[in-house]
Amino acid sequence: MSTAAPHRSIPSVLPPHLQDVAADESSLRRFLDGLPGVDPVGVEQRSAGLATRSIKKAAKRQAIDLAISMVDLTTLEGSDTPGKVRALCAKARRPDPDRPDTPHVAAVCIYPDMVAGAVHALAGTGVGIASVATAFPSGRTHLAVRLADTEVAVTAGATEIDMVIDRGAFLAGRYGKVFDDIVAVKQAAGGARLKVILETGELATYDNVRRASWLALLAGADFIKTSTGKISPAATLPVTQVMLQAVRDWFDQTGEQRAVKPAGGIRTTKDAIRYLVAVKEVAGPQWLDPYYFRFGASSLLNDLLMQRRTQTDGHYSGPDYVTVD
Amino acid sequence: MTKSVTTPAAARNSPSPPPQWEYSPAPESAAIGRIRDRYQMYIGGRFVDGRGEDVKTINPATEEALAAVSTASIADVDDAVTAARTAYQQTWSRISGAERGKYLFRIARGIAERARELAVVETLDNGKPIKESRDVDVPTASAHFFYHAGWADKLQHAGFGPAPRPLGVAGQVIPWNFPLLMAAWKIAPALAAGNTVVIKPAETTPLSILVLAEIIAEAQLPPGVVNIVTGAGDIGAALVNHRGLDKVAFTGSTEVGKQIQASLAGTGRRITLELGGKAANIIFDDAPLDQAIEGIVNGIFFNQGHVCCAGSRLLVQESVADEVIDKLRARIGTLRLGDPMDKNTDVGAINSAAQLATIRSLTDSGDAEGAARWTSPCPVPDRGFFFPPTVFTGVAQSMRIAREEIFGPVLSVLTFRTPDEALAKANNTPYGLSAGVWTEKGSRMLGIASALRAGVVWANTFNRFDPAAAFGGYQESGFGREGGRSGLAAYLDTVDQEDS
Repeated sequence: MSTAAPHRSIPSVLPPHLQDVAADESSLRRFLDGLPGVDPVGVEQRSAGLATRSIKKAAKRQAIDLAISMVDLTTLEGSDTPGKVRALCAKARRPDPDRPDTPHVAAVCIYPDMVAGAVHALAGTGVGIASVATAFPSGRTHLAVRLADTEVAVTAGATEIDMVIDRGAFLAGRYGKVFDDIVAVKQAAGGARLKVILETGELATYDNVRRASWLALLAGADFIKTSTGKISPAATLPVTQVMLQAVRDWFDQTGEQRAVKPAGGIRTTKDAIRYLVAVKEVAGPQWLDPYYFRFGASSLLNDLLMQRRTQTDGHYSGPDYVTVD
Repeated sequence: MTKSVTTPAAARNSPSPPPQWEYSPAPESAAIGRIRDRYQMYIGGRFVDGRGEDVKTINPATEEALAAVSTASIADVDDAVTAARTAYQQTWSRISGAERGKYLFRIARGIAERARELAVVETLDNGKPIKESRDVDVPTASAHFFYHAGWADKLQHAGFGPAPRPLGVAGQVIPWNFPLLMAAWKIAPALAAGNTVVIKPAETTPLSILVLAEIIAEAQLPPGVVNIVTGAGDIGAALVNHRGLDKVAFTGSTEVGKQIQASLAGTGRRITLELGGKAANIIFDDAPLDQAIEGIVNGIFFNQGHVCCAGSRLLVQESVADEVIDKLRARIGTLRLGDPMDKNTDVGAINSAAQLATIRSLTDSGDAEGAARWTSPCPVPDRGFFFPPTVFTGVAQSMRIAREEIFGPVLSVLTFRTPDEALAKANNTPYGLSAGVWTEKGSRMLGIASALRAGVVWANTFNRFDPAAAFGGYQESGFGREGGRSGLAAYLDTVDQEDS
């Protein structure tokens, strides 16, 4: 379940019904607006049902390690410093130094100017370096600036790029603009895997979340990601469920498996396990892999580590026994 | 505009082996049910032995005996009706509505306080998954008592005139599919309206109502207001035909419902019947499809399909039929069948060997008549009464599986081309209990819903129950309503007073 998989391009041939949907603005609009609606009551009812799954014993231990290996350990603050990022990287490669069998996290997620330091700190560890880009979090600047932001991050060594979509354009119905932006960033990102942040808290409806998910998948997103973490609400289980359904539908229609990343607001092991249940039952068990599912989080990791110790030691140890970085 | 770019830049060289993450068993503790060796009937405020033979009730998931239950003789039915009449005349019809409400609130709280125990008892005796008895049956039963407790002192404002009167003594017979919930549906409105009751649970599921009897006793309900007699169909027949009753309420099969109606004709006794169903669940091409799939699954596999209002006939528009069926099969494949006490079980045990035989016989007729059977690949336990989720496609209106109530986890799929055709097929049944409609178009929803001959129509959802919503049927699904204001009317003398 390594996250730094060797690059190999799969030639992609879209099935006939998807080939021309992005040919121009009006066909894109027709396609996205023609997707089946999402009934909010039904989505939330299913999520509530998934959240009642009782995950105990071996299943819980396995889930905790899987969740740790899926964490994009994140710091996205104006106050970030090289020292802070070095500490984060140390935590990422060895989350629990007293328990060397603890898996490392999937990636660190940082600002572009912090990438170079992280590259140094994580060399040879298998931990990915995700950089937010495109004028994160608002994305409210000219495309040239957003592309330059992306190129800076990639040049510095980012293996993954977390971009934001132009929510203003999306809400104004200019789907083609959003599509073209993603395609351009994808190009600028080169070999880095592209995570497309929909900022679902600003899209507001599940119908919009489904449309934006398909829009990003059509434009070449490797991941669809819920949120920047700077807007409330961030990730929720029903929103993630809609996105998991979108990658499942994409897989059924194209044979390509794409990834999902909920980010923001997932703080406890219990929350994380609920997401894993949704991954297993909505998208399918083949998504239970850090290559295909991530948690964008900061405080979640320590709760996972405390619960992991509870499971292995048979008792709860408390927050002073895990490192605060 | 740029042509779409769909090639993932990075993909792994060799796919990792499929990750295995199986849920560990998460069984609820059977000890919480505090199942006793033997249970007694409840008559006149006392737990008493019946003069019938004791019967064993079994756990349908293991086929092992759970407990012995004392059963009634005809003479015990007489005693129970007499106790109810005495209680009606001496206490229950004389005390104020507020006082009746006080007892109902106590019972509601008692159910909530013993919810976990009741859920375990229900699952052990009935076979339904613990997550359903825990999250649906028991909380909804409590909610019915809370709701009707609120009505008890407000009947004069319910729209039935200034002083609606109770009917007297009600005889009630309930089925095995929701034993505690059906007891609540019957007892709560009767008591709120000022009646006393004699109620008989189904032969295979007597335990939860006898735990409810303990709650009723602890609530210090005056003796005789609720009497519980146990036994098989002969005791049910003796009860509904008893001359000491003023009202009969029955939930069960259409066949028995017809017999009751025939034998009560001309007696002047009030009667409400909630019988079978063969509900259409109609999926239009503009439906929210993923939620419709959930609604189909919930409609037919909730409680193993032992639901009179189950969405057993899926009517799907031809233009989306293939997509719906593919998605449906994938979703059904995730349903977990097995130990009902496991908190992650979605589909539990069939309630009895007899019901399992009925399901098998009807599904065999589906094969014989040329429908295509698909069975969920889920593993099936080798003991206990289990039937895996089953979908028949290529079903025609003329087949038995499209016309007869199967009362099991079996879905019949029919297709339609136009809204008129959907409506014609949906209404082409002697039943008329419930229906579901799935469309994002509001005008179509309202138009179809008002043209469906069904007592309950769910819009973009299915199998949702609330004490404030009336439930009941048309034609061979029975008459009379339970729940809401119209459910109260079934236990009140409103003939001369109804203000319309």
